[in-house]
Amino acid sequence: MTLTRFVTKSAFRNRRRSVLTVLSITFSLILLTLMMTVWRRWYIDKGDAQSAQRLITRHRVSLTQNMPVYYREKMRTVPGVVAVAPTQWFGGLYKDEKPENFFAQFGTDPEEIFKVMTDFKIPDDQLQAWQRDQAGCVVDSDLAKKFGWKIGDRIVLKGTIFPVNLELTIRGIFTPPQPSMTVYFNQKYVEEAVSWAKGRAGTFNILADSPDDVPKVAAGVDAMFRNSPEPTKTESEKAFQLSFINSLGNVKAFILSICFAVIFATLLVSANTMAMSIRERTREVAVLKTLGFTRQRILTLYVGEAVTVALLGGLFGCVLAAGLVFAIAHAPGMGFFFIGMRVTFPTFLLAVFVAGMVGLVSALFPAYHAAKVDIVEGLRYIG
Amino acid sequence: MALPISYNIRNLKLRKGLTVMTALGIALTVTTAVFLMALLAGLQKAFVSSGDPLNVLVMRKGSVAELSGGFDAALFPTLKTLPGIEKDSQGEPIASGEWVVVVVLPRKDGTGDVNVTVRGMMPEGLTLRRSTKLVEGRWFRPGQREVVVGKSIHNRFSGANVGDTMDFAKGQWKVVGVFDSGGTAYDSEIWGDVNQVAADFDRQGGYASAYLRATDAVAADALKHRVSDDQRLKLEGTLETEYYQKQTSSGGAIKFIGMFVAVIMAIGSSFAAMNTMYAAVAYRSREIATLRIIGFSRPSILTSFVIEALLLSLLGAVVGIVLMLPFNGLTTGIGNQVTFSETVFSLHMTPQVVVTAVGFALIMGLAGGFAPAWHAARQDILTSLRA
Repeated sequence: MTLTRFVTKSAFRNRRRSVLTVLSITFSLILLTLMMTVWRRWYIDKGDAQSAQRLITRHRVSLTQNMPVYYREKMRTVPGVVAVAPTQWFGGLYKDEKPENFFAQFGTDPEEIFKVMTDFKIPDDQLQAWQRDQAGCVVDSDLAKKFGWKIGDRIVLKGTIFPVNLELTIRGIFTPPQPSMTVYFNQKYVEEAVSWAKGRAGTFNILADSPDDVPKVAAGVDAMFRNSPEPTKTESEKAFQLSFINSLGNVKAFILSICFAVIFATLLVSANTMAMSIRERTREVAVLKTLGFTRQRILTLYVGEAVTVALLGGLFGCVLAAGLVFAIAHAPGMGFFFIGMRVTFPTFLLAVFVAGMVGLVSALFPAYHAAKVDIVEGLRYIG
Repeated sequence: MALPISYNIRNLKLRKGLTVMTALGIALTVTTAVFLMALLAGLQKAFVSSGDPLNVLVMRKGSVAELSGGFDAALFPTLKTLPGIEKDSQGEPIASGEWVVVVVLPRKDGTGDVNVTVRGMMPEGLTLRRSTKLVEGRWFRPGQREVVVGKSIHNRFSGANVGDTMDFAKGQWKVVGVFDSGGTAYDSEIWGDVNQVAADFDRQGGYASAYLRATDAVAADALKHRVSDDQRLKLEGTLETEYYQKQTSSGGAIKFIGMFVAVIMAIGSSFAAMNTMYAAVAYRSREIATLRIIGFSRPSILTSFVIEALLLSLLGAVVGIVLMLPFNGLTTGIGNQVTFSETVFSLHMTPQVVVTAVGFALIMGLAGGFAPAWHAARQDILTSLRA
């Protein structure tokens, strides 16, 4: 019998206990992996190459203030700017107020929006059809699937910010790299119905020459309007999205404290199990010693056992978490925060590694005690 | 005959290490759950207790928040003539036309920018918000670039003390007072003169909303319908309390995530408790057999072990709740999806939160303890005695 085999055999000698421990660690690790995934997605992930090349400009005072639409022409003169498209959040209701019927609705310029959102794919003929129809719109493919929309369908958006109900005909379906839950329509439609919306834009989406140009473009745009009555704030698309997450409160502290609680709980569970199983085997340790096993070797045996159980739990937890993340990211009505989230391989490895470490640490103390057992005392031990 | 509880307590004491570790595991889960529930309770308080049931909020039809759009100022005098509005000492109806805008202010601790609500109001706006008290300085004067700040703003932002100036929109504003509205959403707002605010945000000639003070609850309800039903106005009335009730949905994400985290952690802890209880049964199999021979029935053995598991989880609950106590009253902010700005609230460990936490722990204990207890009660006496 090899050492590894001995370790795995003893790890599952009390099958019920091992299974329960593995299950307990599994659930803890699901949470840990989820939290790490969220952290990665929000705070580490830089977004894909195209997204890293885009910026969003808003009114310096706040997102709820509009800017003059002629800023766009001025922005084009900033070095590094490739394309600019204005967008205006419509915030209308589709069918009713239920959150599952909520999606983003932007009034924009059909001629240029897809020149900025270069990674949003739309067939040329559909794009042209939209450009020709002022009451037309294009919809995200995921959204179309969710609501069962087809080209030619009519949708009605009830205005809440703008006093107008839009009756739009779907002219095209676009596919972004990640679900965007977005409908774009021609802002002229709103402008013709609402006089005060004329010549105003909520945000500008800018495409820069390269990701390296992004800070330069941001500074250039803001400098241009610094002394105007309506100054701007320009930031990368990722930073803009992050500002919404930050508005949820101190999310970082929240995630960290949950991770901490989960790791500590796992440590307790694992240590508990090891303490129980080692205590039961005091006599066995004495026998092993009599056979010539050194203290070190016994220590390794028990630590190995704990690590095996913890790793197994970690592995299950990560796999389940990956499935769960997939389900959440694809569930309807989950909102924008979880779009495109997935458990990456490094996250997976890290979580399994943490599980292993927890197993290691948890076993050290009980295993050390076992290794110290006096042979004669141990043989006498009756449990 | 039932086994005395002291038997269980002694057994828990006997294996101190095991008991403490399992209880700590449960305690951690309880702490997390209490934290999340206290968060929700505080949030609930900030919104539900906001607003006065006698105040009727008027907005343009279709508008869901005070921030979105406005109506013509010419409609305001018509609103004031509606019956059911309380009159002040001069016989004028108490009504206030208001603008709500959002500005970005840097946090005191330097952790980034926060959206803050600025509300421009008429002097009557102060009259109809009766539960709000001035705690420092004085109220703003009409026609002046002066503001009074809510208590939470005062605490969380630098430059929000009486005598300071704040920099937003088109220039500087003088802080002349601090008000306290008892932990409601108003505490996260900055108030100033409606005309000054409208001028700074280029919104003259209209109001985003109007507040009407009704004489009593029946009048408030009638007033609300009168506004909504008037075809000329194209406006909609809601009770201020109803408006804030709706905003509690901002806590929806926290609620969902909180439930999710708590349930997953609870499942994990239940397995751990189960492990401990199985061990407790295994150590005592001979003892259990002896008890059976003496005459204790299977149901009483079952009950005894379930009680032991419940005691264990109860211990965990107590430790967990105590661990959370220092955080009670801690304030934090949440982005309000209706006003697009931050509303500050505090962790609020209500008796209900504590009771729910204990219940939650007991469920964990029951889930973890029942199977082992069942196992104990079903043990074969003879085999156990020989073990």
